[in-house]
Amino acid sequence: MTGRRERAWAAAILIALALLTALPRLIPRDSVINFVFLILLSITLAQSWNIVAGYAGQVNLGHAAFFGLGALVARTLWIGGRPIVTAMVAGAVVAVLFALLIGVAAFRLRGAYFAIGTLALGEILRTTVNNVLPEISTLPAATIATYSLTRRYYLALALAAVSVVAVTALAGSRLGLGMRAIREDEEAAEATGVGALRLKLTALALSTGLAGLAGGLFAFYHISYYPAHPFGPQWTFDALLMTFIGGVGTLHGPVLGAVLYVALKEYVALHWVDFHLLIFGALFIAIVLLLPGGLVQAAERVRRLRWG
Amino acid sequence: MSLLAQQLLLGLLIGGLYGLAAAGLSLVFGVMKVLDVAHGELIMLGGYGVVFVVALLGLDPFAALLIVIPLSLLLGAVLYWGLFGFVVRADEETRVKNSLLIGFGLALALHALAVQLWTADERSVVTPYAGAVVSVGPLTIPLVRLASLVIAFALIGGLHLLLARWRWGKAIRATAEDWQAAMLTGIDIRRAYLLAFAIGTALAGAAGTLVTIGYSVSPSIGLEWTLKALIVVVLAGLGSMLGTFVGGLLLGVAEAASAASFGGPYREVVGLVIFVVVLVVRPRGLFGR
Repeated sequence: MTGRRERAWAAAILIALALLTALPRLIPRDSVINFVFLILLSITLAQSWNIVAGYAGQVNLGHAAFFGLGALVARTLWIGGRPIVTAMVAGAVVAVLFALLIGVAAFRLRGAYFAIGTLALGEILRTTVNNVLPEISTLPAATIATYSLTRRYYLALALAAVSVVAVTALAGSRLGLGMRAIREDEEAAEATGVGALRLKLTALALSTGLAGLAGGLFAFYHISYYPAHPFGPQWTFDALLMTFIGGVGTLHGPVLGAVLYVALKEYVALHWVDFHLLIFGALFIAIVLLLPGGLVQAAERVRRLRWG
Repeated sequence: MSLLAQQLLLGLLIGGLYGLAAAGLSLVFGVMKVLDVAHGELIMLGGYGVVFVVALLGLDPFAALLIVIPLSLLLGAVLYWGLFGFVVRADEETRVKNSLLIGFGLALALHALAVQLWTADERSVVTPYAGAVVSVGPLTIPLVRLASLVIAFALIGGLHLLLARWRWGKAIRATAEDWQAAMLTGIDIRRAYLLAFAIGTALAGAAGTLVTIGYSVSPSIGLEWTLKALIVVVLAGLGSMLGTFVGGLLLGVAEAASAASFGGPYREVVGLVIFVVVLVVRPRGLFGR
């Protein structure tokens, strides 16, 4: 992947996001705004997972824990009267601190063991939050009365742009290069002087920070939910599926994956209400078997066939 | 004091099922290097298997194992041919990724299918001896769960012998150790993969049967069992089925101990701490090679 093509994709995506700022005025329908909001949140989540899994090569299956922590902290502070952006940043900080604490232990594990270990950690956290905070969290009536979907939408748009810029900057930097070296061959990277643990922790911190912000957005958007819900493993799976469907370790893969995934899921849910998860699961297996490298790789293959 | 002992005993009894659930996953992961996150859903299917065998044939639920295990073996072979056989063609890193994707898809589909077919309600099987207990001093042991522990141990022992003595058992172990070397000595590693996956699924079916007999089954138990099994696999490490079983018992007892000393809501936190400590001290697991 050449740097130039990556920058071109970044520009194209940012232009598309900029055009989306006009959407609430052009089509002021809640269903449309909600749908695009979901895509934007998904882009942020997928891109955050992509940093640690795609660039540093560490398949983190406990990603939902950081999304959940961001949501929990941001929601608590925001309902307590802090401005939402401050609350979201605080949520991200807590997510990063927890990630660093866990990361030192978890990064002793390699490959599939890391995946298993992080899945278990995330799930333990979810169960605990579910046990300790079993009550549903609902916004105060005064906040519901002044609820503005457009504000949520613009925040989501800004966050998606931040995630794309962050990954673009990372991909072109020395830091990103070091991460990719670890992904390809950790021993060789260490031997050439790359500090693997430090870089992996940096990748994890960036990734979980973005996930924490996305969690804060979730907390800002929903009127009521169970505090354990954003800790649920489906958030990890969603991020993973979107990133893999699009193309892991690329800038535009997770964005394309998120758009396709959310659109597909909504379509199937709308047209086959009873069987939608069954069909979605089957469809998803078919995509994996037919396009093992994701959309980006499939497009590369087509391009190579055309140009020989 | 005796209350604590009673709780630890109940933890030990469920720990046997953790061990059995983990053994199948450990076999599949160790041999094929794929991560089957739908393992808990296979346990769930085994659980419904016993419900139907008991309802349709009127068999004793423990005897139903004789039908559920062969059916699970067959299901495992079908899943291998249809799905996981494609995954093992890739190199190891891609295998983990693709098996995660297929596993999630499969878990989603099987869960939705179970809800459609059997509703989301919990089900169990009732036996004439359901309430029977064995008393040892101040402790009361539910007979059904004790029998489940014994059966789980017997199955693990059988698996151990199978892997140690049987021709194809040795082939499976050789493939787990080094598939390239195994291939060079003329082992058909595709068949070893197939056998490992089918046996792993059969163990899941057996675990599901025992879970339904001692507790209950519903379409959503899958993820929880996948996670328990994964925790045990990491705790115990790969390479020893008996070690996996002991790992399961340890997890069961540890959960019971922390629930007793810190209160129910925090039982998982203690599990988390134990897990992290083991990872730091022994990254290859307690019994790993």
